[in-house]
Amino acid sequence: MMLDGTEDEDKFLAAGIAGLQQNSFYMHRALDSNNLRDALKYSAQMLSELRTSKLSPHKYYELYMRAFDQLRKLEMFFEEETRRGCSIIDLYELVQHAGNILPRLYLLCTVGSVYIKSKEAPAKDVLKDLVEMCRGIQHPVRGLFLRSYLSQVSRDKLPDIGSEYEGDADTVADAVEFVIQNFTEMNKLWVRMQHQGPAREKEKREKERSELRDLVGKNLHVLSQIEGVDLDMYKDVVLPRVLEQVVNCKDELAQFYLMDCIIQVFPDEYHLQTLDVLLGAYPQLQASELACFFPFVDIKTILSQLMERLSNYAASSAEVLPEFLQVEAFSKLSNAIGKSYFLIRMLLKRKVYFFTSFSCVFPMIQCLMLLSLCSWIVVIEAQPDMPTVGVVTLYSSLLTFTLHVHPDRLDYADQVLGACVKKLSGKGKIEDNRATKQIVALLSAPLEKYNDIMIALKLSNYPRIMEYLDIPTTKVMATVIIQSIMKNGTRISTSEKVEALFELLKGLIKDSDGIPNNELDEDDFKEEQNSVSRLIQMLYNDDPEEMFKIIDTVRKHILAGGPKRLPFTVPPLVFSSLKLVRQLQGQEENPFGDDASTTPKKIFQLLNQTIETLSGVLAPELALQLYLQCAEAANDCDLEPVAYEFFTQAYILYEEEISDSRAQITAIHLIIGTLQRMHVFGVENRDTLTHKATGYSAKLLKKPDQCRAVYACSHLFWVDDHDNMKDGERVLLCLKRALRIANAAQQMANAARGSTGSVMLFIEILNKYLYFFEKGNLQITVAAIQGLIELIMNEMQSDSTTPDPAADAFLASTMRYIEFQKQKGGTVGEKYEAIKVSHAG
Amino acid sequence: MFEEALCLFTKELTNPIVRMKKENGQMVMVPLFQSHENIVGEVIIEPTNGKKVEHNGVKIELLGQIELYFDRGNFYDFTSLVRELDVPGNLYERKTYPFEFSCVEMPYESYSGINVRLRYILKVTISRNYVNNIVEYMDFIVHNYSPAPLINNSIKMEVGIEECLHIEFEYGKSKYHLKDVIVGKIYFLLVRIKIKTMELEIRRRESTGSGTNTYVETETLSKFELMDGVPVRGESIPVRLFMSPYELTPTYHNINNKFSVKYFINLVLVDEEDRRYFKQQEITVYRLNEKS
Repeated sequence: MMLDGTEDEDKFLAAGIAGLQQNSFYMHRALDSNNLRDALKYSAQMLSELRTSKLSPHKYYELYMRAFDQLRKLEMFFEEETRRGCSIIDLYELVQHAGNILPRLYLLCTVGSVYIKSKEAPAKDVLKDLVEMCRGIQHPVRGLFLRSYLSQVSRDKLPDIGSEYEGDADTVADAVEFVIQNFTEMNKLWVRMQHQGPAREKEKREKERSELRDLVGKNLHVLSQIEGVDLDMYKDVVLPRVLEQVVNCKDELAQFYLMDCIIQVFPDEYHLQTLDVLLGAYPQLQASELACFFPFVDIKTILSQLMERLSNYAASSAEVLPEFLQVEAFSKLSNAIGKSYFLIRMLLKRKVYFFTSFSCVFPMIQCLMLLSLCSWIVVIEAQPDMPTVGVVTLYSSLLTFTLHVHPDRLDYADQVLGACVKKLSGKGKIEDNRATKQIVALLSAPLEKYNDIMIALKLSNYPRIMEYLDIPTTKVMATVIIQSIMKNGTRISTSEKVEALFELLKGLIKDSDGIPNNELDEDDFKEEQNSVSRLIQMLYNDDPEEMFKIIDTVRKHILAGGPKRLPFTVPPLVFSSLKLVRQLQGQEENPFGDDASTTPKKIFQLLNQTIETLSGVLAPELALQLYLQCAEAANDCDLEPVAYEFFTQAYILYEEEISDSRAQITAIHLIIGTLQRMHVFGVENRDTLTHKATGYSAKLLKKPDQCRAVYACSHLFWVDDHDNMKDGERVLLCLKRALRIANAAQQMANAARGSTGSVMLFIEILNKYLYFFEKGNLQITVAAIQGLIELIMNEMQSDSTTPDPAADAFLASTMRYIEFQKQKGGTVGEKYEAIKVSHAG
Repeated sequence: MFEEALCLFTKELTNPIVRMKKENGQMVMVPLFQSHENIVGEVIIEPTNGKKVEHNGVKIELLGQIELYFDRGNFYDFTSLVRELDVPGNLYERKTYPFEFSCVEMPYESYSGINVRLRYILKVTISRNYVNNIVEYMDFIVHNYSPAPLINNSIKMEVGIEECLHIEFEYGKSKYHLKDVIVGKIYFLLVRIKIKTMELEIRRRESTGSGTNTYVETETLSKFELMDGVPVRGESIPVRLFMSPYELTPTYHNINNKFSVKYFINLVLVDEEDRRYFKQQEITVYRLNEKS
């Protein structure tokens, strides 16, 4: 059926075009031979093709455009004709002899355009006549196109201010009058389309209508383009007249489109100045009355657009804000919404489900709220069945608007949030997906506006709303907050703020009460916790006192985080504490005494306790590392007991918690490295610690590891900058022990696998020998080195040795180093000169 | 028929020449007069081939005739004036006879309708013995002008079909001159039928004869579309119809008890099933002297 319909339509269109072309051909011939009578005859016949009722608006448009092109030529001909002496008035009469109305009116508009141009009559009279005569077309589609033709040809001939058609008799008021009248008639025709034809084709008609809507809307655009329409004229004439038509047409599609048009085509400042009029129209719209029965009506969208434009306008520059206040936008709004307010209450009394109508007036309520919060809350609270998503959407829009218009009035924003909390209270966690999304939007609004979490922290009701979120959403929100902080590089610099912030971030920082989150994705979790740890870095204050408080606060919070979170959160805390320590260390000793102020000692105590928690939660390696870090910091602060304590803790951890051999290796190397740098210890303490470390090294599981750890220990007895810590003998002892272990390893390998292992260890030890030799350790003799080199050479030539290219290369470069040092000359060169290297093979 | 003499009318060129349709449909140019004008001219008679024409006298007649077609052959002369141009004698050569009918009363206008014709002729007769008289005719046209009426009320009326259609129409005048414009407005007060178009017709009603022999013919002279599409209640549609393109005559009332011509404007509404609803109003058409 449908297919046949379109096919037929194509046929009709083709026939129409053919007829049109044929007649336009004859018309052209008449034009060429200046035959006015024939020109009129054939143009009328040509235009008769537009009388068809068989085409959809879309196809009709195609036909119309072709006719339009031809009419342009005809218009030019008329112009020439008047130049040749034909009276334009006669011409104006002559075209009206046509018997069929549609061609007659097209011709009349065409001649009328020439008539205005000739200025033989005031433009307003001609325009008035044309717009009046066009009433003869009552068929919606044909009428719309005819009037759009009229609007098209008259556009550049309106008696606008500054236009050549403006005169004593012609004022801009006439231009406006003309356009409005044409608009009104077009809109009537457009609306009428809806009510004609069978009911079952309603959808098709709506589609057709929306295809035509721009023809109607164009008039508003023309209006907005008229120079002479200033604010006063807009306020006094244009808007009331247009609104009158919009309200009276009682058609949803038209009202929706036209209100949107009005908002879009006229400047923002006009809207602002006429807010009361504009808003006054809304309750009168068809949609708001019917909303309770037909929830499809979406007046909300239009209004949101208006508010959005106003918000943006307010946000665009600071200069316009006084304008808002000056016109008392809000009090005007509140007056204007009186009616809608009553409407709401009325509907409430009827207990009608009126969510849609409610949301369509919410911008008004926004304003009402700003003036009298109480009455507003009454409105919302009186509606217990209103879905949560509705409530939240409402508040979210409300907040955005408030933030834009009153960025300096945080109390307004807080009131909005407070009201929201109140409304949400007693509902428990919000499960509705859409609602939670809206809450996120609501809570994100202040962040986006101020780009500063500090502002949000000042909103006392902010965290209270977060309580209503379910766990995943809380996390989402917390992430949003953290991202905002990161993006803007906000520094949170007081402990109160930190306290408040962590209150907001609860979802990330600790497990929710009673709800295990086993199903949590591991990666997500890491992601979240990483962001928390990044956040901790952002908490900073130059004042050590305050910084200490911040640290204390953070610590309190993160310690509640449970074993899974601590490995993520403790390190950043430790490091920011250490940063504070270093800051203090740079300063002179606090002149005000120890009691009140922050000292490194106090921080270290705190740190000790903090790290202790880590050791209890299966992250001993991490704890050990942190202990060592702290110890080093304590070293720098010359706090021997503290440093010793940290080492002790580290050793205990090593002994008790770290059992994995690989972890042990890493740990022992860390210990050795740190210990090597410690200079705060007295001899006794140092001995104890080095002894222990050496002991641990020798007890590693694998021989090569043992060997390496032991020769590393040699450094513990030789600290370059500290003469009192150079014990050549013990260095040698260590190295010898390492050699022994290496030997043992070699033999073990021989026994176990039948071939000796790599000589790598020997070469490594050789390098240590060379190092200390160079550093001037007298215990390291040339003979020992040479002995070692020979040993290595022998080993390498031995049949049972597994060839190892890496070891070869290593040895070769060691040898090259020796050669290089020799050639360098000087004291070092002399020293090396003694080493005789015999090249094997 | 062999013509022994040729008659020619000449005429002073003070009067305009207008087109007239002859019975055979040919258009000829004829002079135009109005009542109480002097009809002055010359008759030129020239014997053919130089032959002598013997006659019993030459006369010229001015005749006003009403011819009813259903009554073929019967002319009613309502005006008959005679001038003798020559006494009996012989004509040997071309001869010119001036003539004049002064201040001729010609109360009726020339008219050519469906069943009736009103014509004015000049008839020259060369009477002869034993052979047929030589007769020659010439038509001329009479138009009589009337002044613009002092009282010219508008036509205003509300009509309708109960519960279906109520309209009110208003035409600016009830009397129109021939080149006038009918201006008006149609208000739709109630529309319950689906109207497709609305037209305005100008109709002419010609009635001839009297009593039982009355013949009435109605012609539609114009079909002028006023509206396209379905109006809704409250709409008003403008009317502007230029009368000049149509061949109208003034309204004639009971001309010499033989015929009348009346004009009507007929408002026709056509619904989607092509049913026609109409309301007819008589208008008076008069001839306005454009020069005055």
